[in-house]
Amino acid sequence: MSGSLITGIQDHAWAGGKEPMKASYGKLMMWFFLVSDAFTFSGLLIVYGALRFSNPYWPDPDRVFNAFPGMGHADLPLMFVSLMTFILIMSSVTMVLAVEAGSRMDRSAVEKWLLWTILGGAIFLGCQAWEWTHLIEDGTTIFGNLWGPAAEDGSRTPGPVNFGQLFFFITGFHGTHVLSGVVLNILIYNRVKNGEMDRTGHYEMVEKVGLYWHFVDLVWVFVFTFFYLV
Amino acid sequence: MASETLEVKEIHSTHPEALHDSHEHHGHDSHDDEFELPEVNFIRKYIFSTDHKVIAKQFLITGILMAVVGILLSVLFRIQLAWPEHNMSYLRPLLGNWISDTGQMDPEFYLAMVTMHGTIMVFFVLTAGLSGTFSNFLIPLQLGARDMASGFINMLSYWFFFLSTVIMFASLFISTGPASGGWVIYPPLSALPQAMSGSGLGMTMWLTSMALFIVSSLLGALNYIATVLNMRTKGMSMTRMPLTMWAFFLTAVIGTLSFPVLFSAALLLIFDRSFGTSFYLSDIYIAGKALENSGGSPILFQHLFWFLGHPEVYIVLLPALGMTSEIISTNSRKPIFGYRAMVGSLLGIAFLSFIVWAHHMFVTGMNPFLGTVFMLLTLIIAVPSAVKTFNYLATLWMGNIRFTNAMLFSIGLVSLFITGGVTGIFLGNAALDIPLHDTYFVTAHFHLVMGSASAFGFFAGVYHWFPKMFGRMMNERLGYIHFWMTFAAVYCVFFPMHFMGMAGVPRRYYAASTFDFTQGFTDMNAFITISAMLGFLGQLIFLYNFFYNIFKGKKAPQNPWNSNTLEWTTPVNAGHGNWAGEIPAVYRWPYDYSKPGVNNDYLPQHIPDAAISKWDANPETASLLYDEQGNEIKDTPAAHH
Repeated sequence: MSGSLITGIQDHAWAGGKEPMKASYGKLMMWFFLVSDAFTFSGLLIVYGALRFSNPYWPDPDRVFNAFPGMGHADLPLMFVSLMTFILIMSSVTMVLAVEAGSRMDRSAVEKWLLWTILGGAIFLGCQAWEWTHLIEDGTTIFGNLWGPAAEDGSRTPGPVNFGQLFFFITGFHGTHVLSGVVLNILIYNRVKNGEMDRTGHYEMVEKVGLYWHFVDLVWVFVFTFFYLV
Repeated sequence: MASETLEVKEIHSTHPEALHDSHEHHGHDSHDDEFELPEVNFIRKYIFSTDHKVIAKQFLITGILMAVVGILLSVLFRIQLAWPEHNMSYLRPLLGNWISDTGQMDPEFYLAMVTMHGTIMVFFVLTAGLSGTFSNFLIPLQLGARDMASGFINMLSYWFFFLSTVIMFASLFISTGPASGGWVIYPPLSALPQAMSGSGLGMTMWLTSMALFIVSSLLGALNYIATVLNMRTKGMSMTRMPLTMWAFFLTAVIGTLSFPVLFSAALLLIFDRSFGTSFYLSDIYIAGKALENSGGSPILFQHLFWFLGHPEVYIVLLPALGMTSEIISTNSRKPIFGYRAMVGSLLGIAFLSFIVWAHHMFVTGMNPFLGTVFMLLTLIIAVPSAVKTFNYLATLWMGNIRFTNAMLFSIGLVSLFITGGVTGIFLGNAALDIPLHDTYFVTAHFHLVMGSASAFGFFAGVYHWFPKMFGRMMNERLGYIHFWMTFAAVYCVFFPMHFMGMAGVPRRYYAASTFDFTQGFTDMNAFITISAMLGFLGQLIFLYNFFYNIFKGKKAPQNPWNSNTLEWTTPVNAGHGNWAGEIPAVYRWPYDYSKPGVNNDYLPQHIPDAAISKWDANPETASLLYDEQGNEIKDTPAAHH
């Protein structure tokens, strides 16, 4: 009980009157939002695991994801998605550089790195659009697909419908997050460009969208692992 | 009554950040809510307000209106249960064609009413109405903050809730009827619009409404967490927070972690319903025809739903328990017994609430070994719950009890918490749950421990903080009548249900007259319904007492209950910003009641040791602040700029 019976003002970080972790409430709220969003994604990925392992057969990602734009029917397993992933991770690197430039109050560098981040996000979304289009044209939709075990004559057979449904739902949900991240980055880029951060004297807004951006990238690492690698 | 002169002027055109002046540096505060407050006109002050006190009242009044709807629905379906074959034509003006020409209630509408009663009471009344109201109202006031971390996000939280309420309420009036698959909306019933009429548009509206509700709850919870962690006044360490604060804080944490899982469950269900996916559907035949869907699992939905659904029980209950701690200590004029144990048990309940969800699913065919694990974890919850009960009783023991209305409802909560909690031990055992599952025993259990106990916490909170909210007092005599009618009604309604459940009467049945084994309970059903109606009449007394006294009540003194917490140091009708001058610092924990050596039987948190004798001689001066040496702080209104 001792802690609650000491009278007077104490002077430790959690004694009140100050921000315990030197994090502003805005950053705290972003962190807790991300925790919450992580639970949403975890829910979806658990659904993925549960349905995948209750289906007797699941398509081999090396067969499904082997196309590359402009390469015709060449068998290039996971090449395109690796490129996408690389681009998205690079956009996280440029975001780090933007935040770092912000801490130096270097406006032009923040603008430059934010633009690269926006570009990386946009390219990722473009890649995803191509990949979706390619799969849909090949017959993979939420209503069915042809990734079942090959028949004896080598012809394609229907695979589990859950495969397409989970793929489009979860990558779509992630893509929506990337899209909103790009929109947020553009909004913040505009505010930086208008000199707003110089007026308020700090670039915390860039840090906060940075947190969101890294989170979206981190989620992709999991989506990538579960859909493409295992 | 010096309070009149202390009225805080509404703060005009200030940056909201300036409200948080207790913080040492704002250099890197966020500016996501950076907007100039224009001249505060009626709309900005009462409708699109960013003041946490106004937002709290908005939650409260919306919650009360929804409670009227929810309880009225229960009275209507209780009429059906008590006298299933009688001519109900007199209900046609209210229910229209849901009552047939021969005066019978439409069976599907009966299910719809049960569903909507559950949904409205759990989410709209006991989640938003209870936690939304009191978290918003009390967190800044009891922690010594001028407002929530982000007033703007707080306002959005209410308006998302409002939109969600409108959609849910509107779904009662559509021609196919509202959602009817139970408040748990299990697929495949809820996923297939052709399964029943309530699974059509009504279900779509239910899901839309709940998606908005989740957004509202998340925005609110982020604010509560950030405010508790960052905005406490000087001296308000975590262990000096009133137990209400701990309860609201942990409620917000639970909400932040569990509602997103319901969100993913609901999104998948929307896809199954509207776009033809089969996440929850497989091998289904309707009217002899097989559906296309394959590979999905309806049990998967139950797991996702109850991962929210069980923590939701504690989202509903913890705020009520927190307020009870505060009210019982204040009105026993004794320190709360075992403060650390109370915090620890709240933490324990919050943690355990996430790992017991499958006890709702013992009869789904789950592996008995897994069932045993969940059974053990479930029974462990009895430990922190018992700690709380014991501490309430020990606080009351030998106390100088003041039976205010709030105190009666708090003691009522303890009683219901024990009665309903004991049957939780029964139901947590898989072996007992299998015969008792889906019977009236379950209905009785959760209505007592979660529904009624939380509702009593809600009433206790309203009676206790009404003077702070509206600057006026409620009528105590009417409060007593309200309490005794409610208390008696709750026991008369729910206690007999245990016996029906043990005899195997299933819940959700349209009429108990259909089967031989249920017919023996016809008279008991009538008794329950009459008790429920009397209970409903009791609530009308509350409505009158509440709304009349907002305008006509006796003017409230500044600290009507001689309480220790900071909200009673603000002016009676505090404006946006809460304190007229400086924010009080805190020198002690909130439960210094009947402290030896102090003449008054309370000692507020903002009185330093050096000033005890000065304050003791003149305790009415609640707004007077002292520095650590015991000198009066000369204060001018709005000195915080």
